[in-house]
Amino acid sequence: MKASAAGLSKRIPWMLVLFLIAALIPVIGSRYYTFLATDIIIFAMFATSLNLLIGYTGLVSFGHAAYFGVGAYVCAIFMKDLGVPFLAAWLLGGVGGALFAAVFGFFCVRLTSVYFSMLTMAFAQIVWAICFKWNDVTGGEQGYPNVPMPSMAWLEWIPWIGGLRIDHKFFYLTLILAALSIAAMRRIVNSPFGRMLTSIRDNAERAQFNGINVRLYQLIVFSIAGGFAGLAGGLFGIFNRGVFPDFCYWPKSAEVLIMTILGGIHSFWGPSVGAAILILLNQYIVSYTEYWPFVLGTILLVLLFGFPGGVVGAIIDLFRRLRSAARGQR
Amino acid sequence: MAELLDPFFLLGQLRSGLTTAMFLFLIASGLSLIFGVLKIINFAHGSLYMIGAYIAWNMTVILGRTSIGFLGAVVVASLSVAVLGGIVERLLLRYMYKRPELYQLLFTYALVLIFSDVCKYIWGTQPHSVSRPPLLAGSFDFYGVRFPHYDLFIIALGPLIAFGFWVFLNRTSYGRIIRAAALDREMLGALGTNVASLYTGMFVLAAFLAGLSGALVTPIKSVVPGMDVEIIIEAFIVVVIGGLGSLWGTLLGSLIYGLTLAFGILIFPRFSIFAAFVIMAVVLIVRPWGLLGRPMK
Repeated sequence: MKASAAGLSKRIPWMLVLFLIAALIPVIGSRYYTFLATDIIIFAMFATSLNLLIGYTGLVSFGHAAYFGVGAYVCAIFMKDLGVPFLAAWLLGGVGGALFAAVFGFFCVRLTSVYFSMLTMAFAQIVWAICFKWNDVTGGEQGYPNVPMPSMAWLEWIPWIGGLRIDHKFFYLTLILAALSIAAMRRIVNSPFGRMLTSIRDNAERAQFNGINVRLYQLIVFSIAGGFAGLAGGLFGIFNRGVFPDFCYWPKSAEVLIMTILGGIHSFWGPSVGAAILILLNQYIVSYTEYWPFVLGTILLVLLFGFPGGVVGAIIDLFRRLRSAARGQR
Repeated sequence: MAELLDPFFLLGQLRSGLTTAMFLFLIASGLSLIFGVLKIINFAHGSLYMIGAYIAWNMTVILGRTSIGFLGAVVVASLSVAVLGGIVERLLLRYMYKRPELYQLLFTYALVLIFSDVCKYIWGTQPHSVSRPPLLAGSFDFYGVRFPHYDLFIIALGPLIAFGFWVFLNRTSYGRIIRAAALDREMLGALGTNVASLYTGMFVLAAFLAGLSGALVTPIKSVVPGMDVEIIIEAFIVVVIGGLGSLWGTLLGSLIYGLTLAFGILIFPRFSIFAAFVIMAVVLIVRPWGLLGRPMK
């Protein structure tokens, strides 16, 4: 299954295709589609960062929202209170996420399986409690509102984009930054470092015997994932025009986990697909019924019982079956 | 800070801390039991508790505000939740035992989402409250500290249930089989025990406890959507501190949590939830299997 996934994705330059399709959204769609697309791109980045842990290293983090929230607060506070330009504040948000992940990860990677998940969740709840109560810095329960939009003056120089509305411009900014981040993550998982991670996932004991410092690798990838989650959070804080303690709360961690599983943890693009499906489905269903949690729970049950490989896993499986059926006929 | 030196004020805090602790013990013991034997962290345990509370409220409306009516409501609520637990285990949960932990956790989370909406659909979103049964409605004063009889009843019920469990697990043949199932499921099956129905039985028992505590909480807290998630987080902290799968650990965890909350409010009024998570994190770092738990293989 994994081999055919690699074969499929090698033939088509997915990144370029996706980037071009996404770049066309503000041209053909309305502001509403641009809004949805921005949301999807940010969450695709967030979910992909989580999959560095789950799919590639076998670490099930139940508190990934903590780093998303830290990045969002750091970026917003630096921009609004300290007047730091967007790009620097955004990068600082990523650094903040990575630093928090490094400190918490130091303790988490010492634990295995379910205890690892519980400790990541406990740390995330601590971050949430601090954001919820520290009124002077984070705004506490009321959140941190009115995060300014980046100036994006440089976009004025690009012929057509320069004349767009601010939210379309922010979409392009998000698209570029998220594409760069996702490309960086792709490089990481395809590097020798990434191979080390998969060997740890498949058999940590054997990796240890082969001389890999398993905990160190786990800690590094935990920090990297935290950093990218922080970058996604920074963008989301601006997109949302405010940062709230909910960003770090455990249902947010569960949400991104569901996106990741829904898309499929065994392929690099799975979490992005999961983010797109979940956000679009949510928009569609919420317009019909208030019982979105019921629908989400049912989807999860169907997924867990019917398609444990996620949507992308199921599609790859289908392709493989069709191909072998075709071969059988010949 | 002067209150800290007033022994009667402290006595009042002790009373409220103990009541919280014993309630949590009732709920957390089921959570811990399921982890100990079935090796599953059941997020839906809080949902069963909430369903118990709603059914109990509904029954007191039907049966009337008498002590017998309340008793009837508690019995009906706990039994129906036990049956619901059995159905969930037979139809769905049993196919999850051999799956990776991630899928088990997401499965129980899916149940949380579904049950919360089902409760909203059936009982609406407005809060409901139940008055104390007349038999336990009174209270007595001890130098100005009020002790409601209902709180004392709960404080007494906790240790009683803990002791009952201990006798059940350590002094009966059924308890011996359960302890064996916690240690080695396959070997027990090979020796001729029907492990599948044993698991169903354990889940039914845990669901019964969840329903019972949900029903008993109605005179103290109002029945509202969201009580499922609120309680499961607290119960989760309790079992992690005490040790997943350990009965006495759960009791100790409940006491630590309840008393931290009651006295922590005096010392750090703003950071009481914070303190509970910090204790949980510290325990996980120092002794991941909890204060009185045993390391998992």
